[in-house]
Amino acid sequence: MARLNINGKVIDVEVDGSTPLLWVLREQLGLTGTKYSCGTGICGACTVHINGEAVRACTIPVSTLDTAQAIVTIEGLSTDNSHPLQQAWKELDVPQCGYCQSGMIMTAAVLLKKKPNPSDSDIDNAVTNICRCGTFNRVRKGIHLAANINKRGRS
Amino acid sequence: MKKEPINISRRDFLIQSSTLGAGLSLGLYLPLTGCDNKGEQGAAQISAPDVPEVNAWVVIKPDDTVIIRIARSEMGQGTLTGLAQMVAEELECDWSKVTTEYPTPGQNLARDKVWRSFSTGGSQGIRGSHLYVRKAGAVARHMLVQAAAEQWDVPIGECQAANSVITHTPSGRSTTYGKVAVAAAELFPPELVELKDPKDWRLIGKPIKRLDTDDKLNGKQIFGTDLKLPDMLNAAIKACPVFGGKLKSFDDSKVKKMPGVRKVVEVDGYAVAVVADTWWQAKTALDALPISWDEGANANVSTASIEQMLDAGLTSSDKVFVGNEQGNVKNALRGAVKKIEATYRYPFQHHATMEPMNATARWTKDKCEVWCPTQNGEAALEATAKAAGLPITKCDVYKLHLGGGFGRRGAFHDFVEQAVAIAKQMPGTPIKLLWTREEDMAHGHYHPFTKCKLVGGLDKKGNLTGLHVRISGQSILASVRPQWMKNGVDMITFQGFHAEGDHAISYSVPNLLVDHAMRNPPVPPGFWRGVNINQNAIYMECFIDELAHATGKDPLAFRRQLMAEHPKSLAVLNAVAKKAGWGKPAAKGVHRGLAVVKTFGSHVAACAEVSVNSKGKLKIHRIVAATDPGHAVNPQQIEAQVEGSFVFGLSALLYGECTVKGGAVEQSNFHDYPSMLIKEMPKVDVIVMPSGGFWGGIGEPTIAVAAPAVLNAIFAATGKRIRELPLKTSQPQLV
Ligand code: FES
Ligand code: FES
Repeated sequence: MARLNINGKVIDVEVDGSTPLLWVLREQLGLTGTKYSCGTGICGACTVHINGEAVRACTIPVSTLDTAQAIVTIEGLSTDNSHPLQQAWKELDVPQCGYCQSGMIMTAAVLLKKKPNPSDSDIDNAVTNICRCGTFNRVRKGIHLAANINKRGRS
Repeated sequence: MKKEPINISRRDFLIQSSTLGAGLSLGLYLPLTGCDNKGEQGAAQISAPDVPEVNAWVVIKPDDTVIIRIARSEMGQGTLTGLAQMVAEELECDWSKVTTEYPTPGQNLARDKVWRSFSTGGSQGIRGSHLYVRKAGAVARHMLVQAAAEQWDVPIGECQAANSVITHTPSGRSTTYGKVAVAAAELFPPELVELKDPKDWRLIGKPIKRLDTDDKLNGKQIFGTDLKLPDMLNAAIKACPVFGGKLKSFDDSKVKKMPGVRKVVEVDGYAVAVVADTWWQAKTALDALPISWDEGANANVSTASIEQMLDAGLTSSDKVFVGNEQGNVKNALRGAVKKIEATYRYPFQHHATMEPMNATARWTKDKCEVWCPTQNGEAALEATAKAAGLPITKCDVYKLHLGGGFGRRGAFHDFVEQAVAIAKQMPGTPIKLLWTREEDMAHGHYHPFTKCKLVGGLDKKGNLTGLHVRISGQSILASVRPQWMKNGVDMITFQGFHAEGDHAISYSVPNLLVDHAMRNPPVPPGFWRGVNINQNAIYMECFIDELAHATGKDPLAFRRQLMAEHPKSLAVLNAVAKKAGWGKPAAKGVHRGLAVVKTFGSHVAACAEVSVNSKGKLKIHRIVAATDPGHAVNPQQIEAQVEGSFVFGLSALLYGECTVKGGAVEQSNFHDYPSMLIKEMPKVDVIVMPSGGFWGGIGEPTIAVAAPAVLNAIFAATGKRIRELPLKTSQPQLV
């Protein structure tokens, strides 16, 4: 049994404590936007936010979490594709197959929070997600565009 | 304008009307089987429409929504949007009202394959269907306009259609597609339709946005792994890691009582699966399950033993097949003033789609249904029927969005067969089978491992007078499609070296011999994005570079000399050279390399710019790439495919190698089979230069030029010729 704080809601889940957060999200809670690809913390497809940090959910046993950890999944990023990254991604047609894209967007969202105007090398350091379709150059453009959308929103 | 005969229409009409039993209606109500139209259950499938279809490809609703049916699979390459563009072009509909849906392969069979091929590979999605999908749009438009003309009682020639609106020009009356669609569905399709002249295209050739982006931004897109059906159980599987090995025994008493476990089942004698409430429980139990394998005859196969076989093939005359022969190479090489010789090596690669293999199956003795990501719905249906032991008419496949395909999910449906085999042991319960990444790495259908010896002969002026290319290695067709071979020859082995056609060599060499010593190790091969052009382009384009340097000529000038008879390939080469500034100094420390090929019907070239620092660290700064695909349906998606293909090709160049030990692949996940990251990604300048008159592929061609252009640039930077891939093993200091 675990009590989790997900997308702003506290939820009780009946599950073995050793189960990785990824599988609790996908199987117990039906939040399938967070993807499984490597299961070992390498690829980033399962990236979610925990207290504002980008975290790979496949490596976190659910027993290590309680309601003090605010978890946000791709489903919690916005309800209507209005997050600047989602707007930018749409504008630039970033996704190809789309399988890695939840993880990409969640990773980029943390980067933008920390560095509202990231440089290319900030992006190189923060985005270590694998994309076999090869969307990298549009991901990079998308992050810069989202930073601009944010800026416009603030001014 | 040319009248295009509608081969499908009359026959189609007869079949459809007889299917209906009576009546003249072309409007068919398709049965909804198993899948909701979109939402929870995955990709949009054909459901019973509330209005009849105008024809098999087009449904128009009263609110003017246009539903375009798409037979090929969308796996990220953008074909779904491109195909819709082509139908909509001729349909003259309002693009903002366009949505799409997939017919099922079962529906296709029931309607005598009205949607034709479902196969999505070989960069065929657009070029293989452009004519019949454009005709389908034109036929539907004609019927809609005719319906309006009949309602107004005016000659059809006085009516025009644009943007889903039909106008009677003399009177100015107008109506919309949505208002006449029901009446149009009652009409006979025309015998002949006119297709638009390419100069009049308003959707084809435009950088239109994809239709399938929204759900990929918020987690709503349902991939195969995400499917949830009522009462569904989950399965994890382990097959004998040694190729060709069998399951000896397993002890399920150790795991039966573990949480959620429902059943442990043998799968077709070579694998064992655990079925549980959740997949994590199934996987956890499978990890704990004692299994013993009968490793069989391949237990001693290794990379070294395979390489030995390939090395012997480089000089053997046994099982050697000729792919292209011009003039007399032997004499030419004997008479050469200078002979250059080199041997290259390209290892096994894995598709490594981000979404591991998966399929969901429900079996009863009367019916078998499968939900899966597949590049070929029809092949998935055949695999389903075979595994189910049921007539194909009692089976169907619902295609889900693919988390990458790259060739893995087209010719092979091992994951479907397994899911059905498991579901058969639990009748009536839907079973979702998902492979772990480790299972996926261990049971790929690998890009073949080949080696190549090239010998070039030069005369005293430095002209290439003779060239012998000996490829040694595995034939994909011998294993996967033996029926496609001719007299034992696998022509796909010679992609890029053919005398003519989609994969013709871009150079004129007076005396040329390209042959293949077929050496088939017991590692299952497969079509891997680009297939054999990947290594063949490296062999040819790096060796051409070697020859140019041996003669002291500029690599661009040396190539040009051989390309007089290949103007379209020359044009793309010139385009990248110009854009990159070939011949002009690059930034300090930056060096350039070229590559050009014709493949999958398109002409492509690349110019790479790299630097290698004093510690040997490689940086790829930029690649300029040009593509002439004849007609370019969606240039911004072509740009995305070119960039993406470079990630695929450069990952292979930098890191990609599957090695074999004890008859099994040694790599297990992305830590030992890495893929390149954003920090390694060069800037890519894409030139799309459609010259018209032909339809070439897009998804695969440019993958082939990335690696040789980079390798040639590395040579320019370091004076070192790299002939063994990947760079991480042959030249560790480079990365
Ligand atoms: S699935 Fe978690 S990092 Fe790959
Ligand atoms: S978009 Fe397909 S893996 Fe990234």
